[in-house]
This record gives sequence, structure tokens and C-alpha cells, in this order.
Amino acid sequence: MLDLDPGPYGFYIWTSYGVSAAALAWLAVSSLAFARRWRRRAEALETRAREVDPGPERQP
Amino acid sequence: MTQALAFLYNPHRFMAFSAWAAPLFGALALALAAAGLWLGFTAPEDYQQGDTVRIMFIHVPAAWLGLFVYVCLGGASFLSLVFRQALADAAARAAAPIGAVFTALALATGSLWGKPMWGAWWVWDARLTSVLVLFLFYLAYMALRASIDDEAKGARAAAILALVGLINVPVVHWSVEWWNTLHQGRTVFAAGGSRAATVFLVPLLLMSLSYMSAFGALWLVRIRGEVWRRRAAAAEARLAR
Repeated sequence: MLDLDPGPYGFYIWTSYGVSAAALAWLAVSSLAFARRWRRRAEALETRAREVDPGPERQP
Repeated sequence: MTQALAFLYNPHRFMAFSAWAAPLFGALALALAAAGLWLGFTAPEDYQQGDTVRIMFIHVPAAWLGLFVYVCLGGASFLSLVFRQALADAAARAAAPIGAVFTALALATGSLWGKPMWGAWWVWDARLTSVLVLFLFYLAYMALRASIDDEAKGARAAAILALVGLINVPVVHWSVEWWNTLHQGRTVFAAGGSRAATVFLVPLLLMSLSYMSAFGALWLVRIRGEVWRRRAAAAEARLAR
């Protein structure tokens, strides 16, 4: 049976779970944002670099 | 093992592997957490700790992961320092903030358990102090990397620091046996088998596997970000020429 009534220890238990959930959610969001931000930037810069210098195999 | 590492040395192979492995680990972490939380909140109260035993289901996995991630950070730093593997350096850099968060959670949830059970938020016990030192090593690693402008030099200096910090790992693990501590001794991996009742052991192990899977997902995502960051820097250098 689900027991969500921690009695006198509610503050300690819910704070522990709240802090853990918030920290892990922040870690997930910041990690995804970090990867997405650099992926976009790398793709934009690589496209520009190819336009400026197509490389020997692409030159006519 | 060596072949698996060699496979992942190649950034293209790593990016292909991590593209499907990261979401898989993420989904696994959520499923395991759902099962672990359900069993954790349907378990009876402990005869000594009462309801605070439920804090153990998130405190112990965070502490284990704090230590495990540091071993990964040390291993990646070794590969980066000795074999000059760029991907290993990216892995080390990506592991540090994740390990720091797990260690901070172990300290915070341990403190929230300690106050009602020991009557103190903090004691200078060997286990608590060595975990605090572990947390400081994570912070020092990140601060050192951030403080040196030359990225290659910063990576080398931070890798040496990470290897020095490995000395603290066995200290954390065996502190409860080497010193007389208020922190309880080994329970799950105690000599002669686990001393925890099955009704508490199962949710604890499920939550530990969930944290491990979450680390796998987060680590892969952050390494991918590092690879993209380095590709952006390389493209920027090409444009500047």
C-alpha cells in the first residue's frame, strides 16, 4: 500500500526528494541545452567554412 | 573491453552510437525510477529509522554514483593524459559536473537524514569528510579547467589533478572500516552478504540502476556537446585563416 504520509519526518523526506528531482532535472535540461547549442553553432560554422573554402576535392 | 574502448575512440562511431544509446539510457532511467519509487513508498517503515528510511533510496545511489563517476573521470583523464585521446578528454570534462551534482546530492540528502536520526546536520565523521573532499576535487577540477585559457594546458593540469584525486576514492569507500565512524558500516556489500532486508534492498537497487542509467544518458549527451563544441572551434579556426 502506497504510504505518502511520512508523519513527523515529512520535511526531511520531501525536501530530500524535491532537491534530488530539481537537481537531476536541471542536469538533464542543461546537458541537452549545452549539446543542442553547440550542435547548432558547429553546423552553422561548418556550413560557412565550406562556402568560404570548399576544399581541394570540391574545386572545379 | 579494449576493443569497445577502441571502437569509441573514433568520434564518428561515438556520435553514431550515442545518438541511440543516450535516449535509451534516459528511458531506462525513468522506467527504473518509477518502479523504484513505487516500491520505495510501498515499503513498510523501518523499525529504527521510521519513514526516514525512504531517504536512503535516493541518498545511497547518489553517494555510489558520486564515487563511480569520479572513477570514470580518473580513467578518462588517464587515457587523455597518456594516450592523448581527444574523446577521453571530452569524456573527463563531461563527467565532472554530473559527478559534482551526484556528490552534492549525497551530502544534502545525508544531511537531511542525519538531522532527525543523529540530531545533527553535519558531523566531522571520516565518511562525511572524505565525501566532502571528493566534492571539492570535482569543484577544483572544473575551476582549474576554467581558469587556464590554453585548453590543452588546462586539460593536462586538470587530468593530473583528477588522477591525484583518485587517492581519495578508496579512502571514501573504506573510511567506515579504517576509522570509528558515526556513519554506518557497509550494508549492501557487507562481508557475508547484504544486511538490508529485501523489502528495502529491492527499491534501493532499482533506484541505483536508475541513477546509473541517468548518468549514462547525461554523460553521453554532454560528451556529444563537447564534440560539437570542438567541431565549432575547428570551423571557427578555419574561417579565421
